Amino acid sequence: MSKKILLDKINVPGIKTYEVYRKEGGYASVEKAMKAMTPDDVVEEVKKSGLRGRGGAGFPAGLKWSFIDKKSGKPRHLVCNADESEPGTFKDRYLMEFIPHLLIEGMITSSFALGANLSYIYIRGEYMWVYKILERAIAEAKAAGWLGKNILGTGYDLELYVHCGAGAYICGEETALIESLEGKRGNPRIKPPFPAVSGLWANPTVVNNVETIASVPWIVNNSGDEYAAIGIGRSTGTKLISASGHVKNPGVYEIELGLSVYEFMNSDEYLGGMSSDRPLKALVPGGSSVPILPADLIYKTANGEDRLMTYESLSDGGFATGSMLGSGGFIVYNDTSCIVRNTWNFSRFYHHESCGQCTPCREGTGWLEKVLWRIENGQGREEDIDLLWSIQSKIEGNTICPLGDAASWPVAAAIRHFRDEFEYHVRFPEKIKNRNHFVAEPFAQVKHLVTKQTV
Amino acid sequence: MERTHYKQEINMTEALMSRINELIRHYPEDKRKSALLPVLHEVQDAHENWLSYELMDKVAEILHILPVEVYEVVTFYTMYNTKPVGKYMFEFCQTSPCCLKGTEDLMDYTCEKLGVKVGETTADGLFEVRGVECLGACGYAPMMQLGDFYKEHLNEDKIDQLITDCRDNKIILHDK
Repeated sequence: MSKKILLDKINVPGIKTYEVYRKEGGYASVEKAMKAMTPDDVVEEVKKSGLRGRGGAGFPAGLKWSFIDKKSGKPRHLVCNADESEPGTFKDRYLMEFIPHLLIEGMITSSFALGANLSYIYIRGEYMWVYKILERAIAEAKAAGWLGKNILGTGYDLELYVHCGAGAYICGEETALIESLEGKRGNPRIKPPFPAVSGLWANPTVVNNVETIASVPWIVNNSGDEYAAIGIGRSTGTKLISASGHVKNPGVYEIELGLSVYEFMNSDEYLGGMSSDRPLKALVPGGSSVPILPADLIYKTANGEDRLMTYESLSDGGFATGSMLGSGGFIVYNDTSCIVRNTWNFSRFYHHESCGQCTPCREGTGWLEKVLWRIENGQGREEDIDLLWSIQSKIEGNTICPLGDAASWPVAAAIRHFRDEFEYHVRFPEKIKNRNHFVAEPFAQVKHLVTKQTV
Repeated sequence: MERTHYKQEINMTEALMSRINELIRHYPEDKRKSALLPVLHEVQDAHENWLSYELMDKVAEILHILPVEVYEVVTFYTMYNTKPVGKYMFEFCQTSPCCLKGTEDLMDYTCEKLGVKVGETTADGLFEVRGVECLGACGYAPMMQLGDFYKEHLNEDKIDQLITDCRDNKIILHDK
């Protein structure tokens, strides 16, 4: 069984409340950090832990913290990115909903490390009931003396607030999130300057994901070295994985990084195998933006090694044979899933969520959606597949923020691995018309009708 | 942008203003604009879930910003409505992980049951069906948002029950 450091107390009755959380050892990291450590000591422990940003990018958290400008004399801020909106990803909400004080504790300890006196949790507007849970938890923490003026008599002051967004995936990008927190449209900023130098209200700011910040209390309590001993190589610690699609037990799981994909998929402790016992067709391992993997590349890498739940193993071989751990949004498809419809659905999402600031993204995402829709509906042309390839290649890398890449990669991977399904749609439109939405005839049964080509 | 002419009664109650002032205090004195999104949520919830231009102008006045600064935010984010909407908005998540579990069929069922198409409001103004992008509940699909809350693991029976509960005024929309 994997070690649990985030969800180990999740089943304790009443853990949502301050009283129970405290009784279970909560807020110990705040005491330890403020009474026995300096802010730099805390940063050092997080660096030693090897903790990487759990929002998807995987950038080392301690290193990010060390970039914060301490010399400018400006106020500093910690902003928690709780704008979880990537299709397939629903782990942060689980953590905030069921153990809110863990995030609050992490925010206080991390703010202390950064010298921030005013911090925010930016939560997506759709999670309104979770917003209220956090507000109540903050009020409890404040009443108990963990927030406000002169915390624990150390002279350190901190105010913490929750701020709600209003339905925009782009606000998960850190600079768009900051714009939104300033009361504006969520248009990403050009970097540099990075938020660590000029972030919220032009002050030095660190933006970290919920899961990242919630990991800090354990690291402070147990040391960075202990954390680094969990996991494999540069993939240290545990990771929350949110699983959905055609599996027996969808939900949120905490795993030790390094678990094999096969075990995660098939053991009863985790997903319990495929639902309805239909064969596995494809997997999106890290949220909708990461490349989809076909069945033959899910359990083994291209070199024939066991595929592991790590940043490195999931991306092994680059996008030709790998994908990314991303945010841990694990979407499983059985053999009746239509890959073309799925790709169209993702493209619609990215078109809808593009802020419209960069032309390649604004125009390209709409174009992708349109072409995919006509292929899915039996009006596609043979040249459309190459057209899709061309459009996505012109979006990738040509936008201010990574939303362009996120829109491009799923299309590229779908064509790379499932081109014959696109060809089937184009050549046999009468067979795909009037289908029951996502449910397709298992492609293995009609594969002989098309000749496989590679890009 | 052309102004719409939907009528809306503006009612900035004492309780609403108190909450707005509390939200403004969450930000530095000279950064009142930062409270814009949360304030708009509160104002919209208190005004039948939509925002007229007059109401947006009122918000601008409270936050000491230009009306256009409110308009540009309201039109960017999907959770603000600029015209009257159904009292009970069934906002189905229509992104892939939910669709794998049958959202599209369930939306068809709901629309048929209510006699509307996606995006339409019933003649009595009680229901509206919408398709929205990922709501972050992929493992509990199919699902929808109703007011401040999520309704998950939906099926036809649960939809029937929800419609009945809405008609019987048994549904709480906001967690206040």
